[in-house]
Amino acid sequence: MGAGHSHALYVHEHSVVHRMAPQAKLVAALGMVVSIAITPREAVWAFGFYAAVIAGLTGVSRIRPGFLAVRLLAVAPFVLFALFIPFIATGETTEVLGITVSVDGLWGTWNILAKALLGASVSILLTATTEIPDIIRGLSILRVPALFISITTFMIRYLELIADELGRMRVAMTARGYDPRWISQARPIASSAGALFVRSYERGERVHAAMLARGFTGEMPMPSTEAIDRSQCAGVLMLVVLFAGTAIVALVAT
Amino acid sequence: MSGVIDIRGVEYSYPDGRKVLNGVDLAIAAGERVAILGPNGGGKTTLALHLNGILQPHAGTITVSGVPVAEEHYREVRRMVGLVFQDTNDQLFMPTVREDVAFGPMNLGLTDEALDQRVDAALEVVSGAEFADRPPHHLSGGERRRAALATVLSMEPEVLVLDEPTSGLDLAARRELILTLADLPMTQLVITHDLPLALELCPRSVIMNGGRLVADVTTGDLLEDLDLLAENRLELPYGFDRSTDHPGL
Amino acid sequence: MTVIAMHAPDGFLEAGTAVVTGLISLVVIGVALRQSREQLKDKAIPLAGITAAFIFAAQMFNFPVAAGTTGHLLGGALAAILLGPSVGAIIVTIVVVVQALAFADGGLTALGYNILNMAIVPAYGGYAVFRLIRRMFPSTAGGVVGATGIAAWASVVMAAVAFSIQWLFGASAPVAFDTVFGAMVGVHALIGIGEGIISALAVGAVLASRSDLVYGAQDLDTAQLAESKVGTRTFVIGGMLVALVFAAVVSQFAVGNPDGLEKVAEDRGFIDSAEEHSLGDFIFADYATDGISNEALSLGVAGIVGTVVTLLVAYGLFMGVRETRTRDPASV
Repeated sequence: MGAGHSHALYVHEHSVVHRMAPQAKLVAALGMVVSIAITPREAVWAFGFYAAVIAGLTGVSRIRPGFLAVRLLAVAPFVLFALFIPFIATGETTEVLGITVSVDGLWGTWNILAKALLGASVSILLTATTEIPDIIRGLSILRVPALFISITTFMIRYLELIADELGRMRVAMTARGYDPRWISQARPIASSAGALFVRSYERGERVHAAMLARGFTGEMPMPSTEAIDRSQCAGVLMLVVLFAGTAIVALVAT
Repeated sequence: MSGVIDIRGVEYSYPDGRKVLNGVDLAIAAGERVAILGPNGGGKTTLALHLNGILQPHAGTITVSGVPVAEEHYREVRRMVGLVFQDTNDQLFMPTVREDVAFGPMNLGLTDEALDQRVDAALEVVSGAEFADRPPHHLSGGERRRAALATVLSMEPEVLVLDEPTSGLDLAARRELILTLADLPMTQLVITHDLPLALELCPRSVIMNGGRLVADVTTGDLLEDLDLLAENRLELPYGFDRSTDHPGL
Repeated sequence: MTVIAMHAPDGFLEAGTAVVTGLISLVVIGVALRQSREQLKDKAIPLAGITAAFIFAAQMFNFPVAAGTTGHLLGGALAAILLGPSVGAIIVTIVVVVQALAFADGGLTALGYNILNMAIVPAYGGYAVFRLIRRMFPSTAGGVVGATGIAAWASVVMAAVAFSIQWLFGASAPVAFDTVFGAMVGVHALIGIGEGIISALAVGAVLASRSDLVYGAQDLDTAQLAESKVGTRTFVIGGMLVALVFAAVVSQFAVGNPDGLEKVAEDRGFIDSAEEHSLGDFIFADYATDGISNEALSLGVAGIVGTVVTLLVAYGLFMGVRETRTRDPASV
């Protein structure tokens, strides 16, 4: 999963979804994943409905289905685990293609697969249509504590820089013929991790000095706090009600 | 002489006891442009960090426009002295250039229109409007340097202190920066190893070595004094030294 | 080598468990934020922010395991030992949150248990183990490095234990607790070896260049730091053997027949006394308790390891609070 972290998933487009306020998208995404998570697994129709709406949103966002599919591979380890369940699970068994599996286990597999894939699709849609600084801004508008927001903002700002430094260290090591295959050869990697920490910490101190030099007092100054833009409430509300309503109907019906 | 910057008997040691500043006296008049030259470890950057109270001297005093650099005046002093750090990635810590340029004025309490005016004016000086809304790590070295300058210009400082402003710049970007700096009216202290930059921008040069000022001369005279340059590990670019013959000329 | 307990997707545990772990995480992170502010003062934002970027990057550090396969660092214990447990917990939390929100890595409804397992348990639990082990080791750079190795290994195992216990309460599929516990903790006891070695060597490298930056070694003076000989090689090999034996024993649970343990439990009369568990039927997920060959024993083990991990995390939290209070602010 390491490689996936190094770049954002944003897809540059000009769709309605891209233009939505980030806080609206955050609320919508959260409402959708919570609804998906609480839907009972027997309500197969509900998951079909969610999938249809998400597919529709993907189309409106002009995200290629292939992009979504590739990004969904991030949940692969859990899918593997889910596929294993029928064989290690307990309870009543049945035969599928001549193999004895647990009935309850099959439901378990379905449950994890459906929820993990749908939930991840919602997250991928959110990140594909919202740039990282906007996500952070959305969190701030949704009243996530300021200290948490400030630290996160700095992390995002310096992430690429530090990842680049890491990359240069690795290139420098490879250029001198370092190609480790066993943990016993890992010392240079660990040392470079230590060196990278020292560099990061020292950069933190220099940035702090640069902040003090411009009148920093310990709190990040905030430009006049943005009020929550309610113009997009209708769309968000519709999505959340649609998903939550489905989840509730499914809960009652099963 | 009492100048806009008045440094008297300033001493400073690192936490491990090593002395970096060993009695520095320097007065700089309003509107002067002074180059601070000297070898690495000579105390140039340490002195710069004293000018707006990031570091506190262990002995001696510093005043800026008559205001002592002391804790009760930090707010005022930090408005008056704009410090541009050597590494632009230390200077530019916000998600976009515009937010970075607004950081200083916001700390001074500016908001809304007054803030926007400050930010736009500072960006205008460095011709930075076109990269204002981009994240700093997507800028070229020259753009980053100009953005870094704008982050202190927005505080409308009386003194600019620039640490190695031309390091890492290509020749065109260096030229643009020099032209921008030459147009600015405020007092400037330029820490540099770039002697042609010193000659072009600063009529006066001081050399710091071993934690003290060892020379305070006109830049023109300095460049003639090859012994003084050599003593302080300074060197003109090859071919600029007129006193010897060069096979290539 | 993928770590299953980490970055869990939506729906992996039942909603109730997601809500409870979410509340626990929220409270602990609230405390940790306050601690970080107290510890780092006005440097909190740039220092925590940039070191969080370091931890994010450190998770991209692929290190060799064997025959060219690679693993990668999780960094919870490393962050806690370098920066203190509270700052460590905060920055790993931020990494986990940003991975979920901006990189679609880990479910949004799974954030509660993902933060608990990846940030809170490794940082506070790992730091508690670090402190306890350091008392047994000499006060030298070598002692700090050795304690880091054990703490980082233990932090990964504790994360796996935490996940297994959560499975006991919120299993979403009919897999018995024994199986999950045995497989999870067994696999992570192996994965943890890499985490331990890399973390220890990384702390060693920082001690060699800027020892003042290692939070967990600030009580040492220059002379103590100069002494580093603890016989790293012997130590590493010994540690690996212990970890392997541990993994082998624990994974017996996955097989479902921990004969040795059962015998011990019978001999002590532990099984009889723990036989009544009507309450257990109510709180534990049916799935996690179905099909366990000896329910009382399994729940007993779950109770004991769960309590140990909880106590360690609580001890780490306590250490974080106390050290922040007593530490001279100027030295940070």
